[in-house]
Amino acid sequence: MMAINQSDTTFDIEQNIEQWRAYVLRHAAIHADDADELESHLRDQIDALMQTGLHTDEAFMIAIKRIGNLQAVSSQYAEVHSGRLWQNLVFATDNKGWVGDFISAFWLALAAALAFQIPTFFGVTPETHEWFFARTISLFCLPFLAAYWVVKRQLGTAGWLTVTGVSAGAFVIMNALPWQAESATSTLAVMHLPMALWFLVGVMYTGTWWRTDARRMDFIRFSGEYAIYFVLIALGGGILTAFTVGMFSFIGLDLAWFAQQWIIPCGAMGAVVIVGWLVEAKQGAIENMAPVLARIFTPLFTLLLIAFLVAMLVTGRGFDVQRDVLIGLDLMLVLVLGLVLYAVSSRDPGKVPSLFDYLQLVLVGTALCVDLLALGAISGRIFELGITPNRVAALGENLILLVSLSGYAWHYVNFVRNRCGFAALERWQTGFIPVYVMWAVIVVALFPLLFGF
Amino acid sequence: MQLSKDLMAASSTPLVLGVIAEGETYGYEIVKRVEALSKGALNWTDGMMYPLLHRLEHQQYLTSRWRVGDSGRKRKYYAITEEGLKVLREQQQQWHVINDALNQIWRDLKRSSNDGYQPV
Repeated sequence: MMAINQSDTTFDIEQNIEQWRAYVLRHAAIHADDADELESHLRDQIDALMQTGLHTDEAFMIAIKRIGNLQAVSSQYAEVHSGRLWQNLVFATDNKGWVGDFISAFWLALAAALAFQIPTFFGVTPETHEWFFARTISLFCLPFLAAYWVVKRQLGTAGWLTVTGVSAGAFVIMNALPWQAESATSTLAVMHLPMALWFLVGVMYTGTWWRTDARRMDFIRFSGEYAIYFVLIALGGGILTAFTVGMFSFIGLDLAWFAQQWIIPCGAMGAVVIVGWLVEAKQGAIENMAPVLARIFTPLFTLLLIAFLVAMLVTGRGFDVQRDVLIGLDLMLVLVLGLVLYAVSSRDPGKVPSLFDYLQLVLVGTALCVDLLALGAISGRIFELGITPNRVAALGENLILLVSLSGYAWHYVNFVRNRCGFAALERWQTGFIPVYVMWAVIVVALFPLLFGF
Repeated sequence: MQLSKDLMAASSTPLVLGVIAEGETYGYEIVKRVEALSKGALNWTDGMMYPLLHRLEHQQYLTSRWRVGDSGRKRKYYAITEEGLKVLREQQQQWHVINDALNQIWRDLKRSSNDGYQPV
């Protein structure tokens, strides 16, 4: 009797019900309303049991037991409300924050679309000045996305000055330097500028001026989702455009020129900003997709890389890599780096090493081998055929990949051997991003000076 | 006595509809009423009844509303609809048919065993 009384005094019924309720709510198919209903049932049951003379803790235990296995109950709920397991992004009007955000995103998207059109008013069109648009296209849209984050994160004057300053600087570099038409350095600059600008977006996105590791990781996650959603929106835009042109051509109106000059460019520029808003709004409501893709493709790319390495070694072609193969290799390595990046970004740092971590380690290891091979090939080409901007850019990129991948490998080995936590790996990942960006800036700004435009 | 799962599943809809047809009520009361009606033989896993209630509501046999009862506790009350009453009557007829058939066979079995027939 003593023991029961003791347990009775230490048993906090409210706290226990609250814990139970939180556990119930963890099942996606059970909503707050249902939890309310189950809770009121539980309380009725507890009251009835206590009236028969049981103590609170005993009544609580029996009542919970009678509710049954929550897994089974939840699957019944899921069967009745089949839509519930598919989380929906509801554009609810009661969420004022979203509407406000969308309005600022909308104006900036409009501004980006107009920015693209301004030169055409002066007779500078994509048809007549192809290179001007190729050089400047990322400047029409990415600064506006950065501006969106300046507004959203309330970075104030410093934010506006940074975005304007960097964009103006990039504009001057891309347009005022005496570029030779279609030179290797200008192509390289066009390719690397978006990366540098994307970092500008990132600095604004973090809202902490890139100072905290957690926010940097958030930006990596944001980037992955952004890429996926941009592709989806682009697909939708393509279908919309095809319908617009097609439907009007049925009734004898040719809208192809309109689609080409207005819908596609304005849509693409606007989408850059809108997707940024969308990814942030859906955050938390919908599962991140990039890590899922990373999980699916990690084993497949590991297989591909191993098969490729073996084939190269067996056929002896490893030391005679041609230009196209080298470009392909580098692209694949960048993709592998992306896979690693997203696998890391979605991993719960608290968990112990699992099979997937070993798989990651194998992937990083094979990627390192492939990178060494590419490095060998590119240095061979430089020694044999001399220095060109493209070769130096490739050399630099492979060197950076080598350092980055070695870092991943080192931290993964330490992690699976329990020598250090996963946080060290995350820090390596976020800390290395500025290196990629610096290289991009060097290619954009220094290469033309070094190689005579 | 332990009732078979299939039998419990088949009888749950008419039982729930029937109890609610007696008057607007809530989940806990339904469980208690069914338990009393079956003299304790039908004891459902309590949690399982709510998805069933929701399904019947989806099928528009029931309507529900949140109400604060006499005890001051917020509960979800269910009431039967016209549609639900129609289904209940259909179910009633079906169960009558089965009930009659079973009764018939129990009687026949008893009679044949009285005739000296021994089922193998």
